[in-house]
Amino acid sequence: MIIKTWLVKHISQFKLLLHLAAAAPLCWLAWQTYTEQLGGDPVQYLTHFTGKGGLNLLLITLCVSPLAKAMKWGFLLQTRRLLGLWCLAYALIHVGIFWWLDLIGRVDLLLSEVIKRPYISLGALALMILIALGITSFNHLRRRMGRHWQRLHNWVYLVAILVPVHYYWSVRSGLTEPSIYILLALLLLLLRYRKLLHWPLTKGIG
Amino acid sequence: MSNKIHSSEITPESVYLNRRQIIKASGLIAGSALAPSTANAGFFGLFEDEPDVPEQAVYQPKPLNISKKVPNNLNEALTPESKVTTHNNFYEFGTNKGDPAHYAKAFNPEPWTIQVDGEVAKPQTFDMESLLKQHAIEERIYRLRCVEAWSMVIPWLGFSLADLLKRVEPTSKAKYVAFQTLYDPERMPGQASRGFGGGIPFPYVEGLTIAEAMHPLTLLSVGLYGKTLPAQNGAPIRLVVPWKYGFKSIKSIVKITLTEKEPPTTWQVLAPNEYGFYANVNPYVDHPRWSQASERRISDAFRAERIDTLMFNGYGDEVAHLYKGMDLRKFY
Repeated sequence: MIIKTWLVKHISQFKLLLHLAAAAPLCWLAWQTYTEQLGGDPVQYLTHFTGKGGLNLLLITLCVSPLAKAMKWGFLLQTRRLLGLWCLAYALIHVGIFWWLDLIGRVDLLLSEVIKRPYISLGALALMILIALGITSFNHLRRRMGRHWQRLHNWVYLVAILVPVHYYWSVRSGLTEPSIYILLALLLLLLRYRKLLHWPLTKGIG
Repeated sequence: MSNKIHSSEITPESVYLNRRQIIKASGLIAGSALAPSTANAGFFGLFEDEPDVPEQAVYQPKPLNISKKVPNNLNEALTPESKVTTHNNFYEFGTNKGDPAHYAKAFNPEPWTIQVDGEVAKPQTFDMESLLKQHAIEERIYRLRCVEAWSMVIPWLGFSLADLLKRVEPTSKAKYVAFQTLYDPERMPGQASRGFGGGIPFPYVEGLTIAEAMHPLTLLSVGLYGKTLPAQNGAPIRLVVPWKYGFKSIKSIVKITLTEKEPPTTWQVLAPNEYGFYANVNPYVDHPRWSQASERRISDAFRAERIDTLMFNGYGDEVAHLYKGMDLRKFY
């Protein structure tokens, strides 16, 4: 109860804290890159780090509403947008690094990878959905879209499956960690099974 | 002041060990927190025991006497030594590229023996020290093309595998050559933990046809950049087959067996639809999950250059005849 009272009272500080926590790994990554601590070829590490960071944020975002419901902490829902936008930011940086550093900025290579590699196609689809959700995250757009807004934003559940599968499919070996991510995503979707039975027509808080 | 230490001042071992665990888990030691290997550890890596490594590598590469330098007619810049020794695929010491340079610090490749047996008239076990004396060490500058589509140019030191094989006198039944990496989970932490070693089967095994093994380009490497091999590059002796993907160039070899039948090879066993026995560099046959048409050449630059991949990694004039009439899409 004390925690709840404090959080409700200091919700903007709490949000600031979340912003800082989401930004910190990127600052750490930038510092490691700048001081050349990432080994002979940092590209793979940078790509994996930002990809996994985005996936973590996606799952954290999906924890918010079940947590708010279980604890009866409705105010938590106010943090969902910022977490979701940070997830989008990580995803964009992830793709930006892959495109600029791995494919040295060549558009033709990017397009052929997206078309030819199934795991990259999945990632690209997930990113496009995330961008659509990001663009429509402004309050006035949300109001204008009315019930269509929730319908659109339910597509995050597809992203929750696409991204861990994209990860699972991309590795050469060591399937344990991506498998755990798939299970976590399924668990988070299971908590919403009632809603998902009627998807994609459902309304209401996700 | 007395020099005596009261028994109460000595931290009990259990407490001490506990502290180390806590410190490790929280990444509080600046040094370990800054090391790339620690940074590379995934979220779930927290649940696994970090192998202990000394500050300084226990084995320092030593200068080698080079009797012949094969001129570098590649006309391509060498990959800096600092990159060659810090960007490695050697799952015995972890799956991230920076892991081997870190976790192989505790690995001492001395003493070492290499057993050569199978379809040969004179099976023998050689020790490294005498091998280095018996064989003239050449410097050869080769391209190394990884199946993951990055590449390097490396000045290897070593001698032709054929020179060693001739000494054991292969019989007419010897059609293939099988290689095996050391299996020692106590010294190779990747072999002790599925998570850390990427879940591939150990010991790592590789193979060549006898014609490939006897080809003069096929090198048994014992060093690079003028010195013996650093542990993370496959000390003390490894294979280098420049026209094949890097995973064929097996590291830290303890056993070579000449066989009549095609031997199993690690990546082929693990994913036969992705990795074949031949694994010749081929820009026209893509890996099922990525393109092999181009590669990123690791150099001094932060952003590696992307260059077109060459058939047989550019060694077609020397080796294409080995595969005459073979469908390289089928025998990838």
